[in-house]
Amino acid sequence: MTTDTATIRDVFIEEIYRRMYNDDRIFFLSADFGSPKLDALRETFSDRFINVGIAEQNLINVATGLALEGFTVYAYAIAPFLTMRAYEQIRVNLSLHAQLKEINVNLIGVGAGLSYDVSGPTHHCLEDISIMRTLPNMEIFSPSDWVLAKEFVNYTLRVKRPKYLRFDGKPVSRIYKDSSEISFDTGFSELNRGDKICIVSTGYMTQRALSVIRRLESEGIHIGLIDVYLLKPFSGRKILDIIQSYSYVVTLEEGFTGKAGLDILISEILMKDRTRIQQISLGFNDTYVFDIGNREYLHKLKKLDEESIILQLKTLLREI
Amino acid sequence: MSVETIENVRPLLREKALWARRETLKIHRIAPETRIASSLSAVEIFVTLYYGKILRYDSKDTQWEGRDRFIISKGHGAISFYPILADLGYFDPKELNRVCQEGTFLGGIPDSIIPGFETINGSLGHGPGVACGIALGLKRKRRNESVFVLVGDGELYEGSMWEAIMFAGEHHLDNLIMILDNNRVCMLDYCKRILDLEPLDEKFRVFRWDVRTVDGHDIEALFSALVELKGERNGRPKLLIADTIKGKGVKSLEIDSLSHIKSLKPAEIDKILEDLL
Repeated sequence: MTTDTATIRDVFIEEIYRRMYNDDRIFFLSADFGSPKLDALRETFSDRFINVGIAEQNLINVATGLALEGFTVYAYAIAPFLTMRAYEQIRVNLSLHAQLKEINVNLIGVGAGLSYDVSGPTHHCLEDISIMRTLPNMEIFSPSDWVLAKEFVNYTLRVKRPKYLRFDGKPVSRIYKDSSEISFDTGFSELNRGDKICIVSTGYMTQRALSVIRRLESEGIHIGLIDVYLLKPFSGRKILDIIQSYSYVVTLEEGFTGKAGLDILISEILMKDRTRIQQISLGFNDTYVFDIGNREYLHKLKKLDEESIILQLKTLLREI
Repeated sequence: MSVETIENVRPLLREKALWARRETLKIHRIAPETRIASSLSAVEIFVTLYYGKILRYDSKDTQWEGRDRFIISKGHGAISFYPILADLGYFDPKELNRVCQEGTFLGGIPDSIIPGFETINGSLGHGPGVACGIALGLKRKRRNESVFVLVGDGELYEGSMWEAIMFAGEHHLDNLIMILDNNRVCMLDYCKRILDLEPLDEKFRVFRWDVRTVDGHDIEALFSALVELKGERNGRPKLLIADTIKGKGVKSLEIDSLSHIKSLKPAEIDKILEDLL
């Protein structure tokens, strides 16, 4: 694994930009949200880049109209505003509509979890997995690194359905070498094989999980790791095949637990299969975060930092 | 399909308006859940657009690329459009006897499961934004079809409406024609007594729209305004304020500020149908 870092949105946008040269059916809309890599796109394709203003509702509605005319649309905004300000537009014009017609609108929400740490709870995005997962006909992509995001561009063009792409706002390390390690058919990758405990994580928290398991490996403790990047559709059966060899599953996400996030996805498959595998959900309890500090600091408060997770895993191992 | 002259279509429009109003009342007798008052105010608008051949359509190919797009944002008030669609061949007129009944596609509020409806309706304030996207898409494809969007005045309380109105002006969507069924009544009261929307024409003009106002039950005025607005590609979106009466044709509804939520009893409907003759 290499350690080169990049911002997911930049890599993704650069790839879209490249595609726009050969595909005049691509529109890129933004709710007044930028990126260093967006500058070239909006200059070169000024007729197919539109800044709708700080107007997420209209962002979705205009995107819908364009998609109805056969365009592939990318609608780009800050994640909590995109998903929550315009939730009913997403529900009516994308989710409902897609049951009757082909609608290829790709919602790119930047700022998953606590990406916007010091901006406070309006900018934190801890509900998105739960609320977007509730919508029929909506797909959810939650990449842990930028290689995944780059590979996902083909998928967005091929699968003509509404999708929510939840991107981290900060630069992230490379996890995947290339497409051979990625499968959008299953929507997850097994990054490590362990003994008794398997971590199932998504998005940025897979980065955290990787550093946790590397440290534990050096102590001779082997923890499994599955990175889930397609939360919907979700290959529950295939994940179950892997986690069946473990005693414990620890889900790890930068979102509220006990609602409809990654933890509940896993709970559902465990329950359906009546397995004896125990589950622990790590994430955010039913409280907003008003504390000020960077992501690392806030994670420490919520016991989601490297040390706290290691401590929890070791405690668990003693109990097994 | 070429645009007709008013002399040629006047008798047909009059006949069809009366017929559509009667058919709408008959549907309401089968399905008292339908919003009768809202549907009656838009009768002449639907009739003029379709029988006046202002809108290009193909009832046998609802996705025909050359059709003018028609988005009905005030979906609850489109029951009067059902008989028109059936009459034009979009679906079997026998379906009109099954509105809101098990197994039909004709519900109390229309969606695009009904041939002739383009979008999902029922939640207000969505149509204009979607219509903007369609209008923009048509322009980028260098196609010259028009996009019509029918809205109610009560919808103008939705913030998303003004996001779209601002967008259309900025992007010179002159292929977009918004028809405002200005019946002046919301669910609970007259708009004027809720939050006064006037002056509507001035509001749209400052958002860089062309605005025309007509009596929305005067088919001649509707016809000539729509022909003009459709033909004018001057860089500005168009608003046609159609001043209408909610519940038009039914006296008890016309004078009731709560007409939106009123249903008529079968005996009342029979009496009205007699009077309408």
